[in-house]
Amino acid sequence: MGMVAAEQQFHVLAVDDSLIDRKLIERLFRTSACQVTTVDSGSKALEFLGFQENDHNHPNPPCVSPHNHQEVEINLIITDYCMPGMTGYDLLKKIKESSSFRNIPVVIMSSENVPSRINRCLEEGAEEFFLKPVRLSDVNKLKPHMMKTKCKSFHEPEKIVTKENQESPEIEKVPSEQSQPQPKTELDTEQIQQIQQSQGNNNKRKSIEEGLSPERTRPRYSSLTTV
Amino acid sequence: MESVNQLQRKLADYTSSLYNENFLDEQFIQLQQLADESNPDFVVEVVSLFFEDSDRLLNELTKALNQPNVDFKKVDAHVHQLKGSSSSIGALRVQKICIAFRNYCEQQIVEGCLKCLQQVKNEYTLVKNKLETLFKLEKQLVDAGGSLPVV
Repeated sequence: MGMVAAEQQFHVLAVDDSLIDRKLIERLFRTSACQVTTVDSGSKALEFLGFQENDHNHPNPPCVSPHNHQEVEINLIITDYCMPGMTGYDLLKKIKESSSFRNIPVVIMSSENVPSRINRCLEEGAEEFFLKPVRLSDVNKLKPHMMKTKCKSFHEPEKIVTKENQESPEIEKVPSEQSQPQPKTELDTEQIQQIQQSQGNNNKRKSIEEGLSPERTRPRYSSLTTV
Repeated sequence: MESVNQLQRKLADYTSSLYNENFLDEQFIQLQQLADESNPDFVVEVVSLFFEDSDRLLNELTKALNQPNVDFKKVDAHVHQLKGSSSSIGALRVQKICIAFRNYCEQQIVEGCLKCLQQVKNEYTLVKNKLETLFKLEKQLVDAGGSLPVV
């Protein structure tokens, strides 16, 4: 199709005041072929999005598309809950109250398992709530949510246009712990292939999609040969 | 000069002991799986961040607990951070002390906090040494021409 891979790549905005966790989350998403921007606070996240306070009167709020006034197209926001200043919950609220940004899926992470907190976030519109430390298997759950934000893009075949509450991810290959249908659009396979080629490491993608793979090598230093 | 096989054996045994003695948990394995050819030093980088961060937090905690009027909220905030970062790299024993530490903060018991501070410093020093040894063994293996084990 001659599509540039970068256009179809998901862009994730990760918000966390912990430097270590930012590094981790960045790596998790990069491993899953997503572009990642990390910021250390909710206010910086809003700034990055190009958020303006009086943003309530858009008549037909578009799905995230190249044509709205959002400065950068973001397909997912993942944020820590406990942050000084604006909490992840506060950020979630602001996003969901905004006509321009409410369609961006938001995921909350927390090191603390507090059911009332979790419920509050889900009720406010968070797609998922992850307990830290976040793992690759958690990140894999997010592809369907990110796909929804591509729904209005003119690159997409109709098949991908939003299905309500689609539970079975169309993009992922069959992960070992679930049985999923395997419909894949041509576009999607090509996208993955392009990314695989550019990363040059098919093993890595397999291990992402099939869970922990014992065959996966860790060839960190294999290119070094010392006599 | 040790052979590759001997070094591999040494590394495997050392690694097992770290898990058996709860210095590290499953999260450390998750970190190792995130390293690849384009990010070969990922684990070392993250762990280095953890060392820097922990040094800072332990200093802050020492200062805060030595005030005439201890600000428990502040102490708790630091411990919360330390708990989070130790959890993120899989430093289980450090993480566990932090949990007890936070309980003492909540109850505002200075002696309990001071005790935990000492314990967490000890555990941190231990795991730091263990990790540095682990990285050294890995490097020895690689320098000898071996490759790192599959995680």
